[in-house]
Amino acid sequence: MSIRPIDAMAIPLKSAHFLIFLLLVSNIFTPIISLGSTIDQEREEFYEELLLRPLPDRKVLAHFHFQSTAPSSNSNGRHHHLFPKAISQLVQKFQIKEMELSFTQGRWNYELWGGFDPISSSNAKPPGVELWAVFDVPQDQVDATWKNLTHTLSGLFCASINFLESSTMYSAPQWSFRPATGNIRYGMLPREAVCTENLTPWLKLLPCRDKDGLSALMDRPSIYKSFYHSQRLHLTSNKSGPEGMNPGIILEQTLTVVLQPNSQRTSVTYSGEKNVQPSWSLSSIFGRKVSGRCVLAKSSNVYLQLERGLVAELKKNKNNGVGNIASEGFWSGTGFELSVRPDKVFEEENSSHRRGSSVLFEFSIDKYSDSQPFDLGLKWKFPVTWSSEPAPLHASRFLMGSGNERGAIAILLKSADLNDASLGTCSSSNGYKFRVDVFQVVPWYVKVYYHTLQLFVNGQPKAVGDVIETIHVSPSKDKISPGVMEMVLQFPCDVKSAALTLEFDKGFLHIDEYPPDANQGFDIPSAAISFPNFYTSLLFPGNCSVDKSPMLSKFQEKNPVLSYTEVLLVPLTTPDFSMPYNVITITCTVFALYFGSLLNVLRRRVDEEERLLKSKAGKTTPLSGLLSKLSAKLRGRPQETPQSPSNSSSLISSKLLLKVFLVAVLAVAWQYYFG
Amino acid sequence: MEKKEENKRQRKKIRGGFWRWVIASVIFRLILIYFPQNLNLSSRPEVSTPLTSLRRLAEGYWLKQASMSPYAGSMYHGSPLLLSVLGPLTVKRIEGQPDHVLCSLLFVIADIMSAMLLRATGWKLQVAYRESLKALDIINIVESSDILASGDIAALVYLWNPFTIVACVGLSTSPIENLFIILMLYGACIRLVPLAAFGWVMATHLSLYPAILIIPVILLMGYGLDAPPRKLFLLKGYCKIGDNNSGNIHCEQEEMINRSKAQIIFSRRPVVLFFFWTTLWSVYVLVLCGISVKQYSGLWEMFQRTYGFILTVEDMSPNIGVLWYFFAEVFDFFRNFFLIVFHVNILFMILPLAIRLNHRPCFLAFVYIAISSMLKSYPSVGDSALYLGLLVLFLDELADMPFSFFIFCGYVGISLLSPVMHNLWIWRGTGNANFYFATAIAYACLQIILLVESVSAMLNHDRKLRKLSVANLQDGKS
Repeated sequence: MSIRPIDAMAIPLKSAHFLIFLLLVSNIFTPIISLGSTIDQEREEFYEELLLRPLPDRKVLAHFHFQSTAPSSNSNGRHHHLFPKAISQLVQKFQIKEMELSFTQGRWNYELWGGFDPISSSNAKPPGVELWAVFDVPQDQVDATWKNLTHTLSGLFCASINFLESSTMYSAPQWSFRPATGNIRYGMLPREAVCTENLTPWLKLLPCRDKDGLSALMDRPSIYKSFYHSQRLHLTSNKSGPEGMNPGIILEQTLTVVLQPNSQRTSVTYSGEKNVQPSWSLSSIFGRKVSGRCVLAKSSNVYLQLERGLVAELKKNKNNGVGNIASEGFWSGTGFELSVRPDKVFEEENSSHRRGSSVLFEFSIDKYSDSQPFDLGLKWKFPVTWSSEPAPLHASRFLMGSGNERGAIAILLKSADLNDASLGTCSSSNGYKFRVDVFQVVPWYVKVYYHTLQLFVNGQPKAVGDVIETIHVSPSKDKISPGVMEMVLQFPCDVKSAALTLEFDKGFLHIDEYPPDANQGFDIPSAAISFPNFYTSLLFPGNCSVDKSPMLSKFQEKNPVLSYTEVLLVPLTTPDFSMPYNVITITCTVFALYFGSLLNVLRRRVDEEERLLKSKAGKTTPLSGLLSKLSAKLRGRPQETPQSPSNSSSLISSKLLLKVFLVAVLAVAWQYYFG
Repeated sequence: MEKKEENKRQRKKIRGGFWRWVIASVIFRLILIYFPQNLNLSSRPEVSTPLTSLRRLAEGYWLKQASMSPYAGSMYHGSPLLLSVLGPLTVKRIEGQPDHVLCSLLFVIADIMSAMLLRATGWKLQVAYRESLKALDIINIVESSDILASGDIAALVYLWNPFTIVACVGLSTSPIENLFIILMLYGACIRLVPLAAFGWVMATHLSLYPAILIIPVILLMGYGLDAPPRKLFLLKGYCKIGDNNSGNIHCEQEEMINRSKAQIIFSRRPVVLFFFWTTLWSVYVLVLCGISVKQYSGLWEMFQRTYGFILTVEDMSPNIGVLWYFFAEVFDFFRNFFLIVFHVNILFMILPLAIRLNHRPCFLAFVYIAISSMLKSYPSVGDSALYLGLLVLFLDELADMPFSFFIFCGYVGISLLSPVMHNLWIWRGTGNANFYFATAIAYACLQIILLVESVSAMLNHDRKLRKLSVANLQDGKS
């Protein structure tokens, strides 16, 4: 009975203690918490952006760009707020300096969709999987690290990236692929099928997944029915940031999709005009709307870009373009109509291109919500035709020759009417020369004869030394390493076309080395062709928000124009897969025939045979061999006649027994010692 | 006298004919060389194997010029010496001439030299054969084939063999390999020890398999040229002694025994000299190779890429042998086992043959060459050309070989069928690998029959001689 009051007393006492404790704790930790929040503000960040761009062939390009940054790992321990832990562990474990992994389906159409802008040269990727990584480990551990990395990535992304582990699948480009990097490994899997199982783990790296924000637009069916989609993951880590860059890991995830909008015909149809641009909206191309931003994102913007060609065309249509395009009335006045009023309009600063400058509309989706979703729509008022800016030379690659014994690879570079501006850079920068870097990896079963390299400039054969400035070849080793060819070509500025041919023999593989569908052929991965004299950069005027936008700052970087060629399909001869046993037995029979018959000829003694025959002819006993021997013995010792048969048989049987015994002993000994 | 005159005239006539045919063969080759694209012979799998292809050599030379090891990559597997001799020729172009005209000319010269050496060897062999028959008093069987100079015929057969022509025109290095093998045999026949040693070292260096020819060369050095079994001479000697016993001339008897023994005694001096020269030449060749591959990675890589490539049958592109398909199909687990079995198959036969045919070292060399060209990992028609040329050297001995017409027809048939099957499989895609492999199997069987029958014919010939000489002796006694 007396316990209760004590209990009742104890409770307020405890609570008082707790309060004091709380006070104390809060007093101690408030400065720390506030400090942490300031660090967080400048460090772990996430941006999401989406760029939309109408393409000349009635398609729409959608380019998602997600960027997460994390401070260098040791500053805030093992834990992250936004940054995916798997990636930071990857970077720590394999000492990755830079890495890029891309999954691509379809082929970027350089002629129609452009080859000169940042998206086409850094986001258009070869079909299948491409992976390259730069490591910060000693030279002798690079290969081992690469192998571990491929396994980890294949687990992370549910893809067969682990096939890149084999030394026949990856190469170490020296300078042509990415300049000034050592310890780089590069591998491609052209036949890798890309599907949702690769996209889902990629989306898991985003803080909002695909539940909220821009990534909610990624409707699987609409993405996978696109003409081209490339999902890319770029990783940069600076340990100590010597070049003024803030240390830490930058993870850049992009998804580039080329979609065909459902052609909702505009009410005004122009007769005979096939190139009427379809009007589209976000909901019509993705089937979804953006219902607000991802709350974790620092900024969440949608951009609509009009290409230089399109802007010039629109200007022309607007009756000699009155005033500034970026002025207020433009977006509703000329040729098309936007359903949402842009927050900002930027015009490209760089006006060295005669084609004009591209225009960018920025839409911030901070203000949109579930009840009022963001659905950007674009409606064309009258047909416009324009062309995207192509790469200085359009690169294509094809196979020559027929049959399954040999062939030739040809790389054709065709000039796509170089505009004056690019010509100007060509002549001024490098003494009337025009530089092209070629990087090509060839699997070992395509045995390239590098001495057969032939060059044709404008249709005329040229000596190799005149055009090739530097060449680095590491020839393929059978079943060990692929052939790598890196070249720097110097063309005169007025080059119209250039072709490069290399002959090869097709290899013959072991029966186990063929894939399940051997008759489909083997893929030669794309060659990368870059134009170091030409840079892709889209400079929009120095707006403070532009500085903040990682995508636009990425566009501002001066990167050389890069384009990939087609993947080649080489049919290889197949052996008969069904009859290894027949081949083995028949060949062994031939060998046995050789051995037996030759030995027989060597040991045959004709005279003795004759004698034997004679002796046989004398005696008509049918028993051969043994009996004749016996009879000879008998003739030698006739007194033993009655006993001899049993005797000899017993002798033989005893011999036989002895032999059997010997073999048994041997077997037992073998079993005992080695079994 | 008149008969002899006539003989001489006839011989002169034949000799004139011989030179005419030689010149005709050279002209024929030149015509073929000037055909556009070399008739695509250089890409035929029957002609150019990974070891002998001049295209691969050019690639090796290009790599070397680009200051890389010629063995980087898996293209070139030949000798570095060949590379430094032939390499510059592959690059040099003469206006208005075919691409590889200089190399082709070199191969034509090699062919002609091989033919001349064959001819000289044939003469030597024939003279030795006749002398030995004379010593055994069985001249009569030679009388009929007196006019047939097997050396001339062998040279002409070698020159006009379609296989030789194809190998020469088809830009493979096998004419040069063959030249060194024939050079070795010739050197051993005339007992010019340094030449024989040089030939052996070079031939082994170029294609490894001639290494087993050291046994016939030693026998040639030790016992001299091909002769009937030595027992016969001994028998003859003793019988003669037996005859002379009645005459009671002691010293003549001694002389007889010595003379007959001289042919049996193994003379060690040339053999020792041969070994001396062999080491000298191999050191020389290795030093030269070492110099030419020094800046890359040295001799070990060279051995790995040449001999290692030959022994491990890495390249599975089709050729006229059987091993490529076998190793393309056999399970990896058994690969090493079968590699050993197949190579040992060549080695296994060395000893029995050497025991049985030790009195005929040249023929033994032919048998070894035939075996190795049949069982080697990358056979080509150039190898067949060599042993077919050598076969004709033993025209007298092998006159009554059975199945010769069948074998001839087989060779013709296979050399027509094999390109057809290859075309069906590789170019048209209507056939499959088994078609081509079947011709390879048939070719191997044909070679086996040729080999076995020729060995058997040679042994039978020896038996015949033995019978004849025994009969002679018995006649003499009675």
